[in-house]
Amino acid sequence: MPSKKIDPVAVTAWTATSAVGVGRAAMLEALVRSRSGLRRNDFTHQPLPTWIGRVAGLEEAPLPPSLAAWDCRNHRLAWRGLNADGFLDAVAVARERHGAARIALVLGTSTSSIGATEEAYRRLDAEGRFPPEMRLPRVHTPHSLSAFVQEALALDGPCLTISTACSSSAKAFAAAQRLMRLGLVDAAVVGGTDTLCGSVLFGFNALHLVSPEACRPFDVARAGINLGEAAGFALLERAGSGLMLTGYGEASDAYHMSTPDPQGIGAERALDDALARAGIEARAVDHINLHGTASAKNDEAEALLVARRFEAHTHAASTKGLTGHTLGAAGIVEAVFSLLALETGWMPGNVGSARLDPVCGPQIRLDAARADVRCVVSHSFGFGGTNCVLVFQR
Amino acid sequence: MTTTLRAHIEAAAFWAPTLPGWDVARAAFRGEAPPLAAPAPRPASALLPAAERRRAPDTVALALAVADDAVRRSGRAAADLLSVFTSCHGDLAITDAICTTLIDHPLLVSPTRFHNSVHNAASGYWGIATGCREASTAVTAFEQSFAAGLLEALTQCACEARAVLLVGCDIAACGALASTTASRGSLAVALVLAPERSARTLATLDAGLRPGRASPLPLQSEAALPLATNAMADALPLFEALARERTEPLALPLSARLALSVTLGAFV
Repeated sequence: MPSKKIDPVAVTAWTATSAVGVGRAAMLEALVRSRSGLRRNDFTHQPLPTWIGRVAGLEEAPLPPSLAAWDCRNHRLAWRGLNADGFLDAVAVARERHGAARIALVLGTSTSSIGATEEAYRRLDAEGRFPPEMRLPRVHTPHSLSAFVQEALALDGPCLTISTACSSSAKAFAAAQRLMRLGLVDAAVVGGTDTLCGSVLFGFNALHLVSPEACRPFDVARAGINLGEAAGFALLERAGSGLMLTGYGEASDAYHMSTPDPQGIGAERALDDALARAGIEARAVDHINLHGTASAKNDEAEALLVARRFEAHTHAASTKGLTGHTLGAAGIVEAVFSLLALETGWMPGNVGSARLDPVCGPQIRLDAARADVRCVVSHSFGFGGTNCVLVFQR
Repeated sequence: MTTTLRAHIEAAAFWAPTLPGWDVARAAFRGEAPPLAAPAPRPASALLPAAERRRAPDTVALALAVADDAVRRSGRAAADLLSVFTSCHGDLAITDAICTTLIDHPLLVSPTRFHNSVHNAASGYWGIATGCREASTAVTAFEQSFAAGLLEALTQCACEARAVLLVGCDIAACGALASTTASRGSLAVALVLAPERSARTLATLDAGLRPGRASPLPLQSEAALPLATNAMADALPLFEALARERTEPLALPLSARLALSVTLGAFV
């Protein structure tokens, strides 16, 4: 049964911070110049030959004293992200306009502050317990990010963490739109943050999914993913014009925990659902920000989906070669790249790639390009066979 | 503007070691029968193939068992349902195992353990086991995870006019985590919520947001008290009310400054 068209919601403030830099200007500059933020892995305590998208200087950037009880790498990155592009001020204005209880907070994260939990395990006391200063129950749990941001933004509306691996912060837009549609809130802060940690670097390594070189999305010789870290946020409000979230779609592969359905059936269901909610056909889509992790199987299934569903004029590319795969934050980072494309007309290329896999159709491009961009689709897929597709228009 | 979300409960499922099943739990919450004297073994969901059933993490085994039971009781087809899986902590045993391995032997992190560590593992296995390709999500809101998951399920039910499976599950902290994380014991719950009243309806649920401070609700039954130390314990007042057919409004805390007011009624 096809989903019904939904009322668009306006994106009135938006920002992201990743390995390419802090805020939208750095994101746009990287997009236009195809400037990658990836570097050789210098993060893990034990060597792991791969490349990463690391945000510089978080080690020397503690939280302000009023938030110090939440200190960990993930919250430092979230705080840096919240301070970019006037986002804190925009939320303060919205809080005055709507009231703190009428603004929802829905954030996506895959691993939240598990890096702090890993650190506590490296520093156990003689009885095998966390050191006393690290016994922080609200930090060592996956809701930690949202609880921290709720306090930092002084919001009193519904506060929810979505943790569906690499679709997490894309699905946050869907949950927030529903809360707004039903009149439970008047606005919502959405987004997400994930940081580099041992669990994901060595976990993806165990699955033979990390690339020993800089990642090459959709390249015929791609060798796997590069992990990255990022924070991003958007403010959704009902009134307004300009940049709008017009559709979302969610579906499941029902196939495998860590391998996408080779036919892309779940991804296509999510796409159909998103297009139906936006009330548009695939031919109306100017640009697709692809999931494009540079894993062999994701990129093949996704390229086949794009080739069979979109026309040649649609410009499709993955931004993982700029930022790395930022996991639960990928949805918001790529929503910000999508909004930048709508705002400036600049669409990214597949940075890091030189020769596209022959399964790619004419939609998937190596180079950045500029055009009149009115409709952008963003793909986010993840472990467990979770799929989310967003539609942004202006 | 105050929005009331209405849904119709078509099935409930429940599992705790001494209350292994909704019929046992319901009778205990009504004071009609005692909990089991000895804890029951971990439930084995027939949904998983035998090898996977043995290897499945506790959270996946418990979540799938209550999900399967609730859907059977509703008489609906699993493949037709939207689903919301909520858990405060996810699989704490996997977190402990991976963090322990990372201390000295990071290259020995188990690939299976890693892909089972995602918060949406139960959601993923549910789709694989039932063939359901509908939207499924996995959420958390610390010790308000049941109330927040219920709100997410109710909004999906209302927005999409579709039946939704809600599953909540938490287990005990183990290893070094137990020095910090308070969850004890195992608790899994499930509801099937539908947008329309039908012959399947067991009770009607009305909910709305209520700003202001809400204190955790006192438990009504002796049987529920030992489960209060589990991180999914905020589900207990609603399941007690369902068992006891109570129609007084329940204020389930969503945060220190917001509650989900829930009223059950029209019991069948």
